Amino acid sequence: MLALLADLAEEHAKSLAGGGPKYVDRHHDRGKLLARERIELLLDPDSAFLELSPLAAWGTEFPVGASVVAGIGVIEGVECLVVANDPTVRGGASNPWTLRKSFRASDIAAQNQLPLVQLVESGGADLNSQGDIFIPGGRMFRDLTRSSARRVPTIALVFGNSTAGGAYLPGMSDHVVMVKQRAKVFLAGPPLVKMATGEDADDEELGGAEMHAQVSGLADYLAEDERDALRIGRRIVANLNWRKAGPPPAADYAEPRYPADDLLGLVPTDARVPFDPREVIARIADGSVFDEFKPWYGTSLVTGWASIHGYRIGVLANARGVLFSEEARKAAQFIQLANQRDIPLLFLQNTTGYMVGKDYERAGIIKHGALMINAVSNSRVPHFTVVLGASYGAGNYGMCGRAYDPRFLFSWPNAKSAVMGPAQLAGVLSIVARQAANARGQDYDEEFDAHMRQTVEQQVEAQSVAAYLSGRLYDDGVIDPRDTRTVLGICLSVAHTAPVRGADGYGVFRM
Amino acid sequence: MMTRLLVANRGEIARRIIRTCRRLGVSPAVVFADPDADAPFVAEADVAVRLPGSAPADTYLRAEAIVDAAKRVGADAVHPGYGFLSENADFARAVLAAGLTWVGPDPDTIESMGSKVAAKRRMAAAGVPVLPELDPDSIVDEDLPVLVKASAGGGGRGMRIVRTLDRLPAELAAARAEAQSAFGDGTVFCEPLVGAARHIEVQVLADRHGTVWTLGERECSIQRRYQKIIEETPSPAVDAETRAKLCAAAKAAAEAVGYVGAGTVEFVLTPDGRPCFLEMNTRLQVEHPVTECVFGVDLVGWQLAIADGARLPQSPPSPRGHAIEARLYAEDPAHDWRPSSGTVWRFDLSDVDAQFEVPVGYGLRLDAGVAAGGEISTFYDSMLAKVIAYGPDRLTAARRLAQALAGARLHGPATNRDLLVNVLRHRAFLAGETDTGFLDRHGLATLAVPLADAEAVRLSALAAALAEARRRGENAPVQRGIPSGWRNLPSAPQRVGFHRTDNAGNTDNADELIEVDYALATDGLRTSIVPDVALVGHDRELVGLDVGGVRYRFAVAGYDTSAGRRLVVDSALGAVDLLVRPRFADPAERASEGATTAPMPGTVVAVSVSVGDRVVAGAELVALEAMKMRHPVLAAVAGVVSELPVCEGQQVDAGAVLAVIEPEESQP
Repeated sequence: MLALLADLAEEHAKSLAGGGPKYVDRHHDRGKLLARERIELLLDPDSAFLELSPLAAWGTEFPVGASVVAGIGVIEGVECLVVANDPTVRGGASNPWTLRKSFRASDIAAQNQLPLVQLVESGGADLNSQGDIFIPGGRMFRDLTRSSARRVPTIALVFGNSTAGGAYLPGMSDHVVMVKQRAKVFLAGPPLVKMATGEDADDEELGGAEMHAQVSGLADYLAEDERDALRIGRRIVANLNWRKAGPPPAADYAEPRYPADDLLGLVPTDARVPFDPREVIARIADGSVFDEFKPWYGTSLVTGWASIHGYRIGVLANARGVLFSEEARKAAQFIQLANQRDIPLLFLQNTTGYMVGKDYERAGIIKHGALMINAVSNSRVPHFTVVLGASYGAGNYGMCGRAYDPRFLFSWPNAKSAVMGPAQLAGVLSIVARQAANARGQDYDEEFDAHMRQTVEQQVEAQSVAAYLSGRLYDDGVIDPRDTRTVLGICLSVAHTAPVRGADGYGVFRM
Repeated sequence: MMTRLLVANRGEIARRIIRTCRRLGVSPAVVFADPDADAPFVAEADVAVRLPGSAPADTYLRAEAIVDAAKRVGADAVHPGYGFLSENADFARAVLAAGLTWVGPDPDTIESMGSKVAAKRRMAAAGVPVLPELDPDSIVDEDLPVLVKASAGGGGRGMRIVRTLDRLPAELAAARAEAQSAFGDGTVFCEPLVGAARHIEVQVLADRHGTVWTLGERECSIQRRYQKIIEETPSPAVDAETRAKLCAAAKAAAEAVGYVGAGTVEFVLTPDGRPCFLEMNTRLQVEHPVTECVFGVDLVGWQLAIADGARLPQSPPSPRGHAIEARLYAEDPAHDWRPSSGTVWRFDLSDVDAQFEVPVGYGLRLDAGVAAGGEISTFYDSMLAKVIAYGPDRLTAARRLAQALAGARLHGPATNRDLLVNVLRHRAFLAGETDTGFLDRHGLATLAVPLADAEAVRLSALAAALAEARRRGENAPVQRGIPSGWRNLPSAPQRVGFHRTDNAGNTDNADELIEVDYALATDGLRTSIVPDVALVGHDRELVGLDVGGVRYRFAVAGYDTSAGRRLVVDSALGAVDLLVRPRFADPAERASEGATTAPMPGTVVAVSVSVGDRVVAGAELVALEAMKMRHPVLAAVAGVVSELPVCEGQQVDAGAVLAVIEPEESQP
């Protein structure tokens, strides 16, 4: 696990490095703050910052982190979603992954009703990939105004360029601050204006901060410098009169009785060896208290009640990988109970999927899996998913994988997600190919088969590791197992910004 | 026999007298001025009479009002304490005329000692050694240097040293003026200035039946500007023979004037061990507790008993041990003894064995005028407390006193605490080399240096930052239990800047900015401010740090003030007073500098100043007319108009510069 964490730190370092020393120095030399430096000043001192999707664009042609920083931080006591362009990475230009990361941030803000604070300094769209940006990119502005319509505030602090389409970013925000002599917000810059109308105009005339503050009225506040913009941003949040709609946590609670460090040694090196999720729960739950539900039934799935940082939560955790009919029915019942009581749910994934085989098909494993997926899909309490190990097959669905819209989904560095294990997948392909060859009456090329199996296995393995999936925004980040309680604590607090209320109805349960 | 005693004083001496009243079953009454309405001595008295006003002349110096107060509360005696009206013969007469008991010597005695010139002549006549008196108008070079003194004076006022003849007329004039204004009597006289002299005084106690005690000597040589700050008994410079001489002279002095009650005969002890009479104080002295400790007496108790006619036993008790008193003042020695005022947020001395009375056995005594929450007003003496250590010998007492002062938690106004500790721990002081030139000889550069050195300041700042982090975490409206400053991708530590203040919130030294960086990771504290430091534990008030294997405890207290958040950190390394630098500069302050601009477009209808004019903040510079309204444009700061680029009738745009003011250097 320590080796995996070292690898993870290395990947995170790429995200933190932004555009590299040369561009960082140039940015500093201009008297500007880096994206994360801006965030540090924006947040309350000593408060936490949960960075989201830091590995976005991992494994793609674009830089790790996708030239934008997104995360949840506390400003004047209000949990906000903060999105900051990283101007040291290709001028902060957006690429398709920037967009996907921003959309995910936008979804989190919408689901949890978080005020959105954007720290804007972007050269606009990366023109080489404009084809993948232009059409879907419109969603950014749509989301802003929809957020406003839902009475969830949007704030734009403009530190630099925010031009052309980007001009609508402040344009659609509730509150706009522009930094004097730095912010430039216009639909068309001097060359384009010259081409279009023949008019001569400079940047400041077209879209300088002072012009917008004094003439156009697009800027509500004129900041003296970057720090002043952040100061004003904090005052804006302070004046939002923001109140959380969900119930508060218990005033007092105990820390777990077992140290979080143990989580490093808990996961067997061989992913096929199951481990007891109660050991994990004991290290993340308040006072290590876990009241198990149906402990003697469907024992391959552990269900029960616990609290994390004072928030009551229902836990579903895979104990021995496979989900049988009993486990599926137990899960469906437990999820309904949590919805009746307005209690959020935590899914701790380590599953190889639903059981296969004659006996199980005859006993209705599909029907029972469907019960569980129905309950998960229609549950309305906040869901949180942590992939502790394997997440294969429909188990990923039943245990609230990405497609089931958990509020947050995080992976441990050892996590693997795929339709099935690499060896199984390669084996299945081999069997199918062999059958096809036999059907055609041909000899099966064993050498080719071995090569094919190896290639497939490697490819599947590469595509099921945490960094790959995180790079594709299939989770919200890969976390140090020791931070699991902290991350969940933050997410629970964040989720309680919106009302917490269980489902009124489900799809038809096929009995 | 008195039943109710009015204390015509305030602060610690009022509390001291109340303490004895309680012990004797006398009901204590006080008078108080408005700034003292919430002072401890008012709360501790049985009855209190308000003297409306603040200045001493309107309150504690109003003899008539005080006598009236005594009658209103049914007091049958008045104790004047020290200072104020304590040596005012007319007041004593007024008290007596009202049929009340006066706790002090007869008014005629007070009067005879009130004029220092007359007192000296009288003492010389009685055979008491005195310094030669010099006629101010016939001083010659051989007489120099001389000391000019106010005849009616005290407390150093009207006192001047003259080293060259050409300075004499000016200093005489200044001393006369000062004496006139302070005491209503401009009479001055001159004495030879005794170099390396010691200030030695003898406590006397006399009853109305002819018994006169002398209770040893006190040495009060450690003085700043003729104001005693450290006093002790016995004096390290007085041997049995000198003591006998001193006591005999003091007794002779007291008997010469038929003294009654507690009084003090002050001498200057020349370097060759010759005592010369200076003056007699016809009242209780500030430093009386050291004598009380060593002789095991209650001087205030004897004052009351003698006033009631009691007899002293034939001989006084024998002295035992050594006592040293330090006067804790709200003042800043490092900045020209600048007096400090304001709220005392915290006043804690640990291990105090007794208050306003002699500790049982040996120990630490505290006579404090203030308590936490109290105000130090600019109207009165800025003494916070007297701290007295009583031990079997001088070194033990000095060590105990230094340690008690160093460990005291004194939050609020600046104090002379560090100076007192430095003196008490100074090699020369411990060697008994104390004379009135002590502070000048060793210099404030050494003596006023803060106890906390540069590393102690950095560690204290780190502790302050960690305590504040914990406080913020506990007060956080959300995510209260989440680890402080948690990051899944740590990119930068938390940073906070502190200005080191001079204990009074002043930040004269701009270079004393301490920037603390810290990160509380799962594997512990990371900081660059001090190498090899680990966090042992912390809460919002106490931080434990391990520095290279040595553990220290830092007690942190925070106060929100108009200047910002003040953090006072107390530890064995010395107290450190910090002002949190705001994270963001206030742009309103920045905007106030420099140019004044038009708030809106309009026409200049009046130009009220010219270039070179000195203006005060708020003065009208120009007037604009816009939308049929006249808008005065005012100076944001005081200063000199350096530019005035507009004239009457001129049209200006919003934001146009109307005037530029060169701000005046703010006076400290």
